[in-house]
Amino acid sequence: MDSASSEHPSAGGISRVPLPETASDALKIVIVGGFGVGKTTMVRSVSEIRPLSTEEIMTRAGVGIDEPGAVRDKTTTTVAFDFGRITLNDRMILYLFGAPGQERFWFLWDQLFSGTLGAVVLVDTRRVEDSWYAIDRLEHHNMPFVVARNNFGEPRHSLDQVRGALSLSEHIPLIDCDARQRESSKAVLIALVDHLYALSTAGKRMP
Amino acid sequence: MTGRPLDRETPDRLYTVTGGRSQADDIDLDLVTLIVSESDPTPGMQSEHVRMLDLCRTPVAVAEISADLALPVSVVKILLRDLIDMGRVTARPPSSAPVHAELPHPDVLKEVLVGLRKL
Repeated sequence: MDSASSEHPSAGGISRVPLPETASDALKIVIVGGFGVGKTTMVRSVSEIRPLSTEEIMTRAGVGIDEPGAVRDKTTTTVAFDFGRITLNDRMILYLFGAPGQERFWFLWDQLFSGTLGAVVLVDTRRVEDSWYAIDRLEHHNMPFVVARNNFGEPRHSLDQVRGALSLSEHIPLIDCDARQRESSKAVLIALVDHLYALSTAGKRMP
Repeated sequence: MTGRPLDRETPDRLYTVTGGRSQADDIDLDLVTLIVSESDPTPGMQSEHVRMLDLCRTPVAVAEISADLALPVSVVKILLRDLIDMGRVTARPPSSAPVHAELPHPDVLKEVLVGLRKL
């Protein structure tokens, strides 16, 4: 009987926990970071399903994009991304998308991620420069975010040093995390939503 | 996760699946819009539509359908629009999606916090 799953050749669609019938409002949080920084690891540590992977293609080249010159490949732009989900209650579902910080990804931001609650910038301090572009783009898109340093072993820099290296203003939360640990990843998401809550009650979108 | 590079996908297949349509800037269908089947598949239906109807017996987000069918999100949106127009599925849009310039309501965020703390 255990071969029954082969009935469904669909990629990754094998016996996932279904959402409750009453699910009616799904929310998005995006985790942005460079290659290998641990985005999918973070998604996996808190997701109730094994991370799924999908792709998007840019459907209308150049429309609504402010820097078309930056796209080098003019034929198709494809971005792959992983995601997971958390059922918050019988009505609300939170989807977590791991998004590559690469240049072409930002051309798809509006197409994919308009309406996102907020973002987590996941930083590897060995490659801080990978995060500059992501932070700049999030600010450009008026998207609130927190920054989380994914700690591989003993940190070599203080968070103040990281803040300095990222030129991060004081009011943007910067926290340490271990993306492999559920509690730690959960704390990052809570830090983000706390930050959003503070912004929301203060009645402003962004600094 | 599944390894399924789109660059190995033949454009012909995507073209055939959508009947040549490529406009998928369907603002009513978000990545996390939840889709629910309203009827069973019927004979003669396009296989992708059949799979969507089977998959969405309980609510499923557009992104999950895309992952399961191994089709790009915009292609999935085109196919879903067909099913919505035929009344075969209903869509439950996210409350936060189209609002671009505003933060979510504090009450929504409070609910998210409660849910996350319970994890």
